[in-house]
Amino acid sequence: MTAQIVPGAQRRLKNSVSLRMTISNSLTMAYRNLLMIRRTPQQLFDVTIQPILFTLMFVYLFGGAISGSVSGYLPIIIPGILAQTALTASMATGVQLREDMDKGVFYRFKSMPIARIAPLTGPLLADLVRYAIATSLCFVMGYLLGFRWESLGGAVLGGVLVVFCSWCISWIFALLGAVLKTAQTVQGISASILFPLGFLSGAFVPTSTLPSWLRDFVNVNPLTYIVSATRQLFNQGTIGNDFWLSIIVSTAVVLIFAPLTLRAYMRKA
Amino acid sequence: MAQQSEVQVANPSAEENILAIEARGLVKVFGDNRAVDGVDLSIPSGCIYALLGPNGAGKTTIINMLTTLLRPDGGTAKVFGHDVVHETQVVRQLISLTGQSAAVDEKLSASENLTIFALLLGLSRSEARKRTADLLEEFGLADAAKRTLDKFSGGMRRKLDLASSLIVQAPLIFLDEPTTGLDPRTRIQMWESIRRLVSSGSTIVLTTQYLDEADQLADRIAVVDHGRVVAEGTPRELKAAVGKAMLHLQLADEKDTADAIRITQTVLNVKASLPEPTLVTAPMADPERVTDLLLALREAKIQLATVSMQEPTLDEVFLALTGDGKQAEKGAVTP
Repeated sequence: MTAQIVPGAQRRLKNSVSLRMTISNSLTMAYRNLLMIRRTPQQLFDVTIQPILFTLMFVYLFGGAISGSVSGYLPIIIPGILAQTALTASMATGVQLREDMDKGVFYRFKSMPIARIAPLTGPLLADLVRYAIATSLCFVMGYLLGFRWESLGGAVLGGVLVVFCSWCISWIFALLGAVLKTAQTVQGISASILFPLGFLSGAFVPTSTLPSWLRDFVNVNPLTYIVSATRQLFNQGTIGNDFWLSIIVSTAVVLIFAPLTLRAYMRKA
Repeated sequence: MAQQSEVQVANPSAEENILAIEARGLVKVFGDNRAVDGVDLSIPSGCIYALLGPNGAGKTTIINMLTTLLRPDGGTAKVFGHDVVHETQVVRQLISLTGQSAAVDEKLSASENLTIFALLLGLSRSEARKRTADLLEEFGLADAAKRTLDKFSGGMRRKLDLASSLIVQAPLIFLDEPTTGLDPRTRIQMWESIRRLVSSGSTIVLTTQYLDEADQLADRIAVVDHGRVVAEGTPRELKAAVGKAMLHLQLADEKDTADAIRITQTVLNVKASLPEPTLVTAPMADPERVTDLLLALREAKIQLATVSMQEPTLDEVFLALTGDGKQAEKGAVTP
């Protein structure tokens, strides 16, 4: 006779998932995504090739035109590239989420007694690794080209700020991933949000050179705050209003988009 | 295990009569297609219950509602007394589901897949590793543990899928077409696994298009067609409902044929027929009367080679119930 399990009718169970379980589930899901990255390192192209290529390209292409010299442009462009790269990396969140959700394994996740949000928070947590890689590479490239930060503390805090803000913004792309039907659509729509947001900001050029109507747009673009805050941290080593604005806007993005994403995901479930 | 540490045994006698599944008037509509159209199910604990029906009959949709994956558009369903709509998280702790398509990660290895599911279910790292190794051994996948699944055969994938559902043995296990596409040997192994699960206390609900599978495995069968349960009962009851058993008398000597037919018709009061020179067959309403017939034959000194009762096959049952020969040709035949 095999060992008997506890009969279903005699179990006392809670109809909720504890916070501890939610965190544990999310970490397991993040572990799963890291394993997948290890299996398919191509997934890291956008956070490895792009920072290297963009830094070189922009510095030598625009350096002379915008700031008169490469060395003069570095303090402007390095924080810009950093934010731009991290933002691009966050776009991949939605595409990967969509691809993932179409797989059979999500069918199992949905029928398991795990935190509903874990299949969403897991990949987003794992993405922090991607942002960290992108940010570090930008630093290294900048350093090799001759960029020097004011203080190491400021530089590190700037890097952390960019990673935090990109993570928050990635919830927008996660929502697209949860709502749209195919990975291609997610890619297309995400890109058409990302490009104006990335280029029509203070990331690559000083805003003072822009016509006033464009400057108005650039000034409300959250990326502009993030880039300015990072610049201030890198070049002066100080925390300004832009820093706090960036934090507030990014947090607001999470507070709005995380519940929307969860709801869209659950509806498809 | 965190999942099971929350489990306490309550007064065992108090809730003995709770059904594993109790569904009343379940409805699911997709557009203008009533995929499930008023299904009632009462599934007692500890049995193997088969939902039998052709492709598109609504079996999977029923399973998806019972496993909280789909919200019913009408009716109610309870798993061990817990509502599938309002107590989803409780229900999910009582069930496991093995779906039609393998619900495992293609990009990961067999052991990585199992370890992740185990961690999600609340096992510690060391417990998860141990359980993974045990399951891989049990399902004969130990040699392939490190391989990614894109190098797995269909059968291996299904085995891993079932193993993933058994990390923590649930009281109620759903298997959606567990043997579709398996070779005969793996199929028999799967049946053995299923019987083992029931003997250790689980209730199994499976769907199948194969009549012999339902016949061999299931304690009770619900025949599903066009979103409705068209018949329900034990395999024997279903067969009895459709056709009477046939009595087959194989005679030792061909010269007795005429006498044998006469006696059979007199004793059983039915029309006997002669499909082969020495084989007399007659429909049997009352098995009791076989004794009378055998005694009468002995008195007439008619020697019999063999006597057998042939039940109608489930194929005949299925055709009679769903009344659709086309579907039987396509899917509902014994492989």
